[in-house]
Amino acid sequence: MRQITAALAITLMTFLASAAPSLAVEPDEVLADPVLENRAREISTELRCVVCQNQSIDDSDADIARDMRLLVRERLVAGDNDEEVVNYIVARYGDFVLLRPPFQPNTLALWLAPPIMAVVIATLSVLFYQTYQRRRLAGTGPDPLSPSDRAELDALVERIARTSPPNPSNMQRSRFRAEIEAGLKPPEPDSEDAPTDGGEQTDDPQRA
Amino acid sequence: MRRLVVILPVAIFAALLGVMGALLTDGERNNDPSRLPSPLVGKPAPAISLPAVADNIPGGFSTEDLKGQVTIVNVFASWCIPCLAEHPLITQLAADGARVYGINHRDKSADAVTWLRRHGNPYKAIGFDADARASLEWGVTGVPETFIIDANGTIAYKHAGPITPEVLKQKILPKLREIEGG
Repeated sequence: MRQITAALAITLMTFLASAAPSLAVEPDEVLADPVLENRAREISTELRCVVCQNQSIDDSDADIARDMRLLVRERLVAGDNDEEVVNYIVARYGDFVLLRPPFQPNTLALWLAPPIMAVVIATLSVLFYQTYQRRRLAGTGPDPLSPSDRAELDALVERIARTSPPNPSNMQRSRFRAEIEAGLKPPEPDSEDAPTDGGEQTDDPQRA
Repeated sequence: MRRLVVILPVAIFAALLGVMGALLTDGERNNDPSRLPSPLVGKPAPAISLPAVADNIPGGFSTEDLKGQVTIVNVFASWCIPCLAEHPLITQLAADGARVYGINHRDKSADAVTWLRRHGNPYKAIGFDADARASLEWGVTGVPETFIIDANGTIAYKHAGPITPEVLKQKILPKLREIEGG
């Protein structure tokens, strides 16, 4: 059973692997020496096709990509090492042909922007969280009730709870407490206005 | 401090949008390979040596032949429509006394001969670059491209794409005056 699974896996991997390589490299370009050819393929995947821009010369069917592939092979056959081949092409087409931009003064922003952004975002997240926490804790100030008020409140709650039928639960107790506590708060400016309005209406005899 | 925490992300996002928007809508540089600066400007023209297009067409030249005076080198092909569009301006430049050489890029000899007969041959010499190997040596990305080579054989300027009357007036002619004067 295990052997069958392994065989299936290998078959599948073979299919996937054979589907993956690009078809841009034509048979007549391929070097006879497999080691050189492998190096050529590796270099080619790192070089941008300058007219297609988002393809490597290894992937591109453009004429210039083919010419550049042939140039890469020509330099390799001439005895250049990988770096010399890449430099040869960079000298003619600029750093832009490198799909992996080099780390140098004019690419500092490119390379450093992501880590800098990450730090900025992390710092902002922490600041946001702290502000949020502070605001949440701001609600719990000193007790607005004096000790004697609180004692009176407790007694009231107990009395109501005892008179309410039958066996009020803890939930009910806390609700009573909340209701009474709300009633003990100094009236809001809005609730002060309300009776004044009502008074004016009833005091207006001409309306009646 | 608290205000900064609110404003900063919005400001960063707005700045990012601004930069991306500007780059996207800037037609001048929008994904146009011809806007890429050539690393060869300011460097000696790479050595190339090309045969003539045909026996009856003046040409065949090497980089050495370019030295001695300012030369315009125009990369063209008979199949290239923008090349045809800029051809009258190239012809005008040559008529005005500029030394204009041509590189016939990825072309067929017979096609190039027919094209030159039909549209005129303003080139002092044409190098036939059928396999574009010399073009590659000069960092050519497509046709047409135009190089200005100074008397020492150094690439003083490169224009990718067709020469329009604006390009001629604002780029090519000032550059020619600059290096001929200096």
